[in-house]
Amino acid sequence: MNMLASYLTLAAVLFCVGLYGVLTKRNAIIALLSIELMLNAVNLNLIAFSKYGVQPSLTGQIFSLFTITVAAAEAAVGVAILVAIYRARATVNVDEFDELRR
Amino acid sequence: MNFTFEWSGEFIAFFVLAVCAIVGSVMALSLTKVVHTTLSLAFTFISLAGLYVLLNAEFVAFVQVLIYVGAITILMIFGIMMTKHQEAEEKPRPLLESLAAIGCICLLALLIFAIRDAGFALEAGELPPDSTREIGKLLFTKMVIPFELISVLLTVAFIGAIAIAKREEDPE
Repeated sequence: MNMLASYLTLAAVLFCVGLYGVLTKRNAIIALLSIELMLNAVNLNLIAFSKYGVQPSLTGQIFSLFTITVAAAEAAVGVAILVAIYRARATVNVDEFDELRR
Repeated sequence: MNFTFEWSGEFIAFFVLAVCAIVGSVMALSLTKVVHTTLSLAFTFISLAGLYVLLNAEFVAFVQVLIYVGAITILMIFGIMMTKHQEAEEKPRPLLESLAAIGCICLLALLIFAIRDAGFALEAGELPPDSTREIGKLLFTKMVIPFELISVLLTVAFIGAIAIAKREEDPE
């Protein structure tokens, strides 16, 4: 088993842990953090392929920089929406965010 | 399947950092207090920054520490501070949790099987030794349009976040 497969396996484990967190946790902040964990697993894949891929180049690292930027924007907007919902509903439980279903 | 490793220094460092990352993420999901979860995930993010250094991506490692550990974790802690969390109402939902666990384990098994089966090239490639300088050059020559677009996206997202989270004034 070479190093690339080890990195990809680690990224797969982190992605699945994050997916489990998103699916089971009802606290909205933990769900947001689990999404960040999944994005980090993707970044690890990109950087591993940037070094160990068939054609190594810096493009993978630049792509992961863009992913990190989008993740930062997503976290900021997510926390802002969470604070706004908390003002209106006084809860952070994602099961109770069901206005659109009524 | 082939589980023989050569115990090089790189592999030992990878193993230690990988164990730190997985332990941090699993602890994050098993801890009950939200602040502990956030700090445990910060530990995972720092371990991932170490892995990026191992992969010759020093600039991305520093960006990871700055953005994830410095900004996103602190932002989440502010989010926790501005909302109230009560742990008492945590009633278990065994059916949903076991279904999610089965789904995740199936996905993990599929991914590991695919990774084993893929047959990647064995040797590491040649990256330029001064990767930070090369990233800067690429960002301002070949990647300049995506770079400007992502700046606009970030500005728009932050202005939107401020507009959403701002306390609404009374109309009178």
